[in-house]
Amino acid sequence: MDLLVVLSIEALRAVASLALISVGLAIIFGMMRVINLAHGEFLMLGGYAAIVATKAGINIWVSTLILAPLVVAIIGIIIERTVIRFLYGRPRDTMLATWGLSLFLVGITTTIFGNTTEGISAPAGSLQVGNYYIAAYSLIIVLIAIAVFAAIWAVFRFTRYGLIARSTMQNPEMAAALGVNPPAVYAATFGIGAGLAGLAGGVMAPITGIVPTIGAAYVAKAFITVIGGGPAVLAGTVSASVLFGAIDQIITYLSTPVIGEVALLAAAVILLRFMPQGVTGSFFRRAS
Amino acid sequence: MIEVTNLHSGYGRIPILHGIDLKMKPGEVVGILGHNGMGKTTLLRTLVGNIKATSGRIDFAGHDITRASTAERSRTGIGYVPQGRDIFPQLSVMENLKMGEIMRNGESAIPEMLDHFPVLKDLLERPGRGLSGGQQQILALARCLAGRPKLILLDEPTEGIQPSIVDLIAEKLGELRAALNLGIILVEQDIRFIRQLADRVLIIQKGVFVAEISPQQLYDREAVDAHLGI
Repeated sequence: MDLLVVLSIEALRAVASLALISVGLAIIFGMMRVINLAHGEFLMLGGYAAIVATKAGINIWVSTLILAPLVVAIIGIIIERTVIRFLYGRPRDTMLATWGLSLFLVGITTTIFGNTTEGISAPAGSLQVGNYYIAAYSLIIVLIAIAVFAAIWAVFRFTRYGLIARSTMQNPEMAAALGVNPPAVYAATFGIGAGLAGLAGGVMAPITGIVPTIGAAYVAKAFITVIGGGPAVLAGTVSASVLFGAIDQIITYLSTPVIGEVALLAAAVILLRFMPQGVTGSFFRRAS
Repeated sequence: MIEVTNLHSGYGRIPILHGIDLKMKPGEVVGILGHNGMGKTTLLRTLVGNIKATSGRIDFAGHDITRASTAERSRTGIGYVPQGRDIFPQLSVMENLKMGEIMRNGESAIPEMLDHFPVLKDLLERPGRGLSGGQQQILALARCLAGRPKLILLDEPTEGIQPSIVDLIAEKLGELRAALNLGIILVEQDIRFIRQLADRVLIIQKGVFVAEISPQQLYDREAVDAHLGI
């Protein structure tokens, strides 16, 4: 029974981690149709922002939950204004540009921090479950993911910005004819997506540590989750995260982490073979 | 209210408008009649800012808006109901209406629009994509009017709409025009609809206005055909 509780918490942590690392990409790709191959590097930057701030004496919660997303959101807005905005509607060019951007970001962080793993201790200690101990931070990640998804849903569903963003993504010309400035909405939305990647990087940093090349590990999983989730940004990300995160964790428990990741990839291939529109494209009509 | 002088525009290197001149007073309704491909929609898209003018000048409410963005033009009081309506398909009817006044301060015009178009009252939570063509047209018009424009550009509002809704739209536009001193540029193929609303009718051919006729002259089929080059 204790083992089942521990495994359930770890599975929830895996699902929450997958959802967190994917949601920024889901917004940028799902709403703006921008294929951002630098998404992993946005997570990496968030991780470094959290680590540098924490080591500078700033409270770890402030570093991971506020500074990391803020720094990466600002970087994201700058990148959108200087690079991405010239490439809307040109997916191949966007892929090339963001791939180049990812190489640039890896290069510059390697120059600054070196090619060694930086890390900070996970806060909140451990919890005892019968004869087992688990990191309390695993539960905190789950709570953060729930809070983040609830906040995103509320912002896009109930706020003025959310209404403007959803309408602009559906029909920018008509939104402009109603007085909306689409370039500003695109910049803000890209900034939010980048900020969420930064938040995920900051939250994951105490568990994984950070190296300049860690983005490559994140970006593949994030893309698999977003594409597997289908067109509904939030419902798709959650459903694909639950599916792939659970498969990953169960197979990891039964074998090894490497085989767990292989199982995740195999599950994605099978899913897209039978549901080319992803989970939400097959089960739901398009929703956000 | 709006003055267009020697306006040229087109798509990329393909010129469509070849020197449009138009002057309208506040509250005036001008119908534009012409065959497909003559530049009617291009003219409206250029006036609203979706297509940039290659030369010429557009003055609206005393300001030169030739280089203004679409959003800036909207905020100065130009409303637009495009051909095909362009309802936001995934937004509810209420959200579509809110978008109409999203950039306007002050009291909401939505209750007033629902009084004018009560058919929308029972559809407020329904997504835009779930409406019939006629309901979408009414919603597009109500959304535009919720922004309290001084001038609206209507691109074939009767296209694919059942006659009872066409009559309703004509009736409401007539009422609102009088109540709000609303200017309307109406691109339309339905001669009966233009005749009901327009103060004067401009015939467009190959990107220029070639004639101006009164709505009464639209009863004279031979004259209309002659102006349209048939």
